[in-house]
Amino acid sequence: MNQDTNRDSQWREELRNSLTAKQRTSIPRVVMPQLNPQYRITCNHEVNQGLSPVQAVLEATRCLDCPDPQCIHGCPVSINIPSFIKNIERGETLIAAAVLKQTSALPAVCGRVCPQEKQCESRCIYNKMKKQPVAIGYLERFAADFERENIKINHLEPKKETVACNGINIAVVGSGPAGLSFAGDMIKRGYNVTVYEALHEIGGVLKYGIPEFRLPNSVVEAEIDGLRAEGVKFIKDCVVGKTISYDQLHEMGYKGIFVASGAGLPRFMGIPGENFVGIMSSNEYLTRINLMGAGQSGEDTPVLKGNCVAVVGGGNTAMDSVRTALRQGAKRAMIVYRRSLDEMPARVEEVHHAQEEGVEFMTLSNPVEYLADENGRVRAMKVQRMELGEPDASGRRSPMPIEGAIEEIAVDLVIVSVGVSPNPLIPNSIPQLEVSHRGTIVVNEESMKSTLPDLYAGGDIVRGGATVILAMGDGRRAAVAMHKALSEHSL
Amino acid sequence: MFEIVEKEYFSEHVVKLVVKAPLIARSRRAGHFVIVRAGEGGERIPLTIADADIERGTITLVIQAIGVSTKKICALNVGESLTDVVGPLGQATHIEKVGTVVCCGGGVGVAPLLPIIKAMKEAGNKVISILAARTADLIILEQQVAEYSDELIIMTDDGSKGQKGLVTLGVENVINREKVDLVVAIGPAVMMKFVALTTKKYEIPTMVSLNTIMVDGTGMCGACRVTVDGKTKFVCIDGPEFDAHKVDFDEMIMRLKAYN
Ligand SMILES: Cc1cc2nc3c(=O)[nH]c(=O)nc-3n(C[C@H](O)[C@H](O)[C@H](O)COP(=O)(O)OP(=O)(O)OC[C@H]3O[C@@H](n4cnc5c(N)ncnc54)[C@H](O)[C@@H]3O)c2cc1C
Ligand SMILES: Cc1cc2nc3c(=O)[nH]c(=O)nc-3n(C[C@H](O)[C@H](O)[C@H](O)COP(=O)(O)OP(=O)(O)OC[C@H]3O[C@@H](n4cnc5c(N)ncnc54)[C@H](O)[C@@H]3O)c2cc1C
Ligand code: SF4
Ligand code: SF4
Ligand code: FES
Repeated sequence: MNQDTNRDSQWREELRNSLTAKQRTSIPRVVMPQLNPQYRITCNHEVNQGLSPVQAVLEATRCLDCPDPQCIHGCPVSINIPSFIKNIERGETLIAAAVLKQTSALPAVCGRVCPQEKQCESRCIYNKMKKQPVAIGYLERFAADFERENIKINHLEPKKETVACNGINIAVVGSGPAGLSFAGDMIKRGYNVTVYEALHEIGGVLKYGIPEFRLPNSVVEAEIDGLRAEGVKFIKDCVVGKTISYDQLHEMGYKGIFVASGAGLPRFMGIPGENFVGIMSSNEYLTRINLMGAGQSGEDTPVLKGNCVAVVGGGNTAMDSVRTALRQGAKRAMIVYRRSLDEMPARVEEVHHAQEEGVEFMTLSNPVEYLADENGRVRAMKVQRMELGEPDASGRRSPMPIEGAIEEIAVDLVIVSVGVSPNPLIPNSIPQLEVSHRGTIVVNEESMKSTLPDLYAGGDIVRGGATVILAMGDGRRAAVAMHKALSEHSL
Repeated sequence: MFEIVEKEYFSEHVVKLVVKAPLIARSRRAGHFVIVRAGEGGERIPLTIADADIERGTITLVIQAIGVSTKKICALNVGESLTDVVGPLGQATHIEKVGTVVCCGGGVGVAPLLPIIKAMKEAGNKVISILAARTADLIILEQQVAEYSDELIIMTDDGSKGQKGLVTLGVENVINREKVDLVVAIGPAVMMKFVALTTKKYEIPTMVSLNTIMVDGTGMCGACRVTVDGKTKFVCIDGPEFDAHKVDFDEMIMRLKAYN
């Protein structure tokens, strides 16, 4: 592998010198091929179609292979970005994929859903030149997809690094990105790893939250199959803290436990009328549709459809909900957000896609009350118009109500997407565990170890709502630390 | 997969299933429920654990066929399996010796009531049970309830069995006759609402077990929310049992009709 990742290796030097920086920087950033907006809102197909090999090589050519690549510092798991990109440029896409796998368990996922504009791409040297950064996320997705397709076409067994099993049992609670990346790292170190999942599907938010048109289930499924092939055991329908307790896990012989139970508790605003029929959390809406297949033939789960749908919030979850509503046939789909477009936490690409699809953005607007018909079904929302005040402690300008500016908007479905709190199930079931006032599990930031000696935690249960890659990074660090602790113990 | 090892018809539309689920059998207590899914493509629906046998590793469910999923489940036979069974979920019933407890069950509500009746009796309470139904054929679990109750009263709307009248009449008769320390009511939302209104008049503490619409049953979606004492609660994690006098039943009844 060294030859493949070493910046000083001969092939790399030759490749670097094959074109001048000027030639490279004069290439415009690739445009991701995507489905036409009118068509894509009629179906659930993935919007971004992925780069062609020609596009990928050309985009990879833009990367200057910087001597001190800042992009790496923008990536929470420090992917060796120039190394994987240069391997794409020289046509060794499988090696590029292997470079990614060294640090990221789910590159096909991260290439699709990372907020790259805030992470790796925000640090790319091109920004300094007032040019668009190298499309690191697109290239990451390209390499990961190429590898997956290659395995499928050639009927290869997913690659298995055979490590002698050390006989030590490890339990993982939750099968989202944090749990999966931890499981992958521990199985590679020879542990017996079992993942317990409360739902009837493996994948956490990747399955029940993020919609098919952004992250196809088949992509997630392939990664999970890879882990299965390596020997990770998955047990569904098992709520740790309810079906089995922390003490029972010990009785069952687990020497280490990693809790990655996510931030599953939806917040509501507590305003009048919020419990009317037709007002639900984005978790409920997306779970019904993504996990339960509501509305498709052969699926029993119902979901309410609306003609006029308002989604309250400005994050990824809100974008996913509003774009889902369009695909469910809404005539009018609106984002109602109390700050302005600039402050929206959602990925920029998702906001663009939503705009192309015809989503209305009602910014600087905050719902204050819901009104219902005689059957208790929501029929309108009262919205308070806002203006931006002085910047607060966080530097964000906080929205202030404009007195008297209240408007009534007709709606028949409202999706509340104003954030989630950590799932309290695990903290409640282990009284000895230290939990912050926000309900997150308190851990050492480096080792991810909780206040209990054998319990580590990571992902949203530790951070509140965060990102896929941060959750994965936590899983990775916990694996390093737990392995170290267990090895020292057994010496 | 969770195999069905026993099946019995309590009435035309009410079926008892004994299902293999050893881990759940071991952890469950009175008041807990499970989320069940029958077949790929099936909906996740909540059902109370009516009984459990740790040795056999089984739990007992009593299901009333009222719609798509419950009909599917009731049609399953011994040897077939439920695709998913998750639990035990919810808070267990708080069991304590309080004196005289009146337990009211309507419809399949009798099934979740039975373990509470048992536990209340074992805790040393005097238990008076009232079973109510539209007509005689719909009274279920009569024998089992009688076994653990000091007294059993049966009420039918049409008078075809026991006394004629609604469950509230039965409750009121007992209250007028002797000191009642606690009322437990489980059944259709409307029935619980009226029991709550009745006992409120007499200021007798009353507990109900709410059957809201659910999806995950672990606090993740908020489909199950109800207003209790002016605050929004999630039935699956905060309940399913609540102080009947604080529940906004009208809102709950309205929300139950979301998909009708
Ligand atoms: C709709 C939506 C869109 C998003 N879009 C993006 C995006 O574009 N980019 C991005 O980076 N991030 C995005 N996020 C955030 C990202 O998905 C999360 O930060 C990430 O999934 C957290 O991972 P996790 O492993 O901590 O938890 P989760 O993915 O939440 O997984 C936790 C799992 O644990 C299970 N569980 C919980 N309690 C128990 C228990 N007691 N026993 C057993 N299992 C249990 C849960 O059922 C769940 O499957 C989005 C989130 C949502 C909801
Ligand atoms: C904690 C709890 C315990 C329960 N225990 C039992 C039990 O032991 N035995 C039993 O027979 N029933 C029980 N129920 C009610 C049972 O879950 C519903 O009868 C069932 O969900 C109806 O589904 P369906 O598809 O057959 O009906 P349909 O009418 O086809 O369902 C349509 C939709 O409405 C929802 N729905 C309709 N009626 C109800 C209801 N009463 N409660 C919740 N959701 C409803 C369904 O989830 C579905 O989304 C319980 C409910 C709860 C919340
Ligand atoms: S994992 Fe995310 S942040 Fe890191 S390089 Fe890939 S897209 Fe960028
Ligand atoms: S900063 Fe940009 S150009 Fe430099 S190595 Fe990273 S991706 Fe390539
Ligand atoms: S059923 Fe989803 S939160 Fe209660």
